[in-house]
Amino acid sequence: MIRVENLLKSFGDRVVLRNISALFESGKTNLIIGKSGSGKTVFLKSIVGLLDIDQGEIWYGDILFSKLNFTDKKEIRKEMGMLFQGSALFDSLTVEENVRFPLDMFTKQSYEEKLERVNFCLARVNLVNSNDLYPSELSGGMKKRVAIARAIALNPTYLFCDEPNSGLDPKTAIVIDALIKEITEEYNITTIVNTHDMNSVMENGEKIIFIDEGEKCWEGTKSDVLESDNEKLNDFVFANSLARKLKENK
Amino acid sequence: MLKFLHAFGTYCLLLKKVFSRPEKASVYYKQTIKELMNLGIRSVGIVIIISFFMGAVITLQTAYNTENPIYPTYLIGLGCRDSVLLEFSSTIIALILAGKVGSSIASEIGTMRVTEQIDALELMGVNSASYLILPKIIATLVFNPFLTLISIAVGIFGGWIAGTSAGVISSQDYIYGIQYAFIPYYVTYAIIKTLFFAFTIASVSAFQGYRVEGGALEVGRASTKAVVYSSIVILTLNVILTQLLLS
Repeated sequence: MIRVENLLKSFGDRVVLRNISALFESGKTNLIIGKSGSGKTVFLKSIVGLLDIDQGEIWYGDILFSKLNFTDKKEIRKEMGMLFQGSALFDSLTVEENVRFPLDMFTKQSYEEKLERVNFCLARVNLVNSNDLYPSELSGGMKKRVAIARAIALNPTYLFCDEPNSGLDPKTAIVIDALIKEITEEYNITTIVNTHDMNSVMENGEKIIFIDEGEKCWEGTKSDVLESDNEKLNDFVFANSLARKLKENK
Repeated sequence: MLKFLHAFGTYCLLLKKVFSRPEKASVYYKQTIKELMNLGIRSVGIVIIISFFMGAVITLQTAYNTENPIYPTYLIGLGCRDSVLLEFSSTIIALILAGKVGSSIASEIGTMRVTEQIDALELMGVNSASYLILPKIIATLVFNPFLTLISIAVGIFGGWIAGTSAGVISSQDYIYGIQYAFIPYYVTYAIIKTLFFAFTIASVSAFQGYRVEGGALEVGRASTKAVVYSSIVILTLNVILTQLLLS
């Protein structure tokens, strides 16, 4: 479980996030939605500690993560996995080496044990016989799968996904969404997904937080979205005429 | 001035992070071997080519500028040896490596920054500065002295080939000249300078790459800055070290 309280983040004079509080439960796919530039990525990077926050608190279970020093944060980070927007695979390493990287860094397993785990993770994301390929040889969807495999290599307690569907066709996007949901439920992970993809919202939205111009505007589930009379949320979710008609007809 | 002090402070903080305790020595060892190959072995070719022609030109220029019967011809060999030893094989090769190795380090780390690979390392709990920069610093510190020694040998050899081929000096005189009044400390001096230059190239370039913000354009700019700033620091250090070591 992750709890955020009154988070404030600014860059110079520009306040990007204003007093955001939220609770992200384990075993659920928690979605953060909002327009491009609304502060979603800054929010996610603040939660994982890649950006220092100006005010507020971030709790991982009973641990006040935002007040930990670099060394103590490292311990919590070993329990995190993250899927970055551009996958962030290491270009100079093969698929196998990418997935093995956290195991090499933080475990004392033998090569055979690590290889077994790598193959398990790659099989889990439906990517077999790709061990020796380099990231430059992979498609966008394959890169995302490798990034998920790397993120789950150490059995994380927390999984963060920043725009997992960006640059993917709708069908592949649904496959990636389903994979994230399955993994979350299977390993009881606390998953936070940043997205502006409406298919994701309607498929995976067990808990949704809507951010607009750095403020939390709405919170609920995917079924609540259909019922909501929040104008900003409706403008965002039902942006096109077809979606508006569907909402009117429910 | 304030901008410079801020940058220098950030550079020092980065170095502190770089030299903190590595997460896993075996991973760092493998990474260092990789960097020895990338930054060291792959620079041997260019060092040999440049040193050969550098030695050749020094010999020919010395010969044409000392065309006087009162100067013994073996001084051409001596001039080539001392020029190569004292200045060219350490400083000029360092400037060339600042271009080749420095830009490569800055663009590699800069690209990793803009494609969030550094964020991925940090998120895993890896000290990204140490993991990415320390092996490069060690690799250049270990290998650049060998490059300097190779450069010295090839430069003097190039001088011999050019001098004898052009007929400006006999082989016997050249060999006598490169042995005449030899001061072994000059080799030590060249190696000491090389170590300082190697550290400068790796750390300044890595610093430029590590602090990139933006996209491809900024990576390109960081790469250029890495070469320019490394070169300026190398030239400044050259003056300081020469005064300290030879006075």
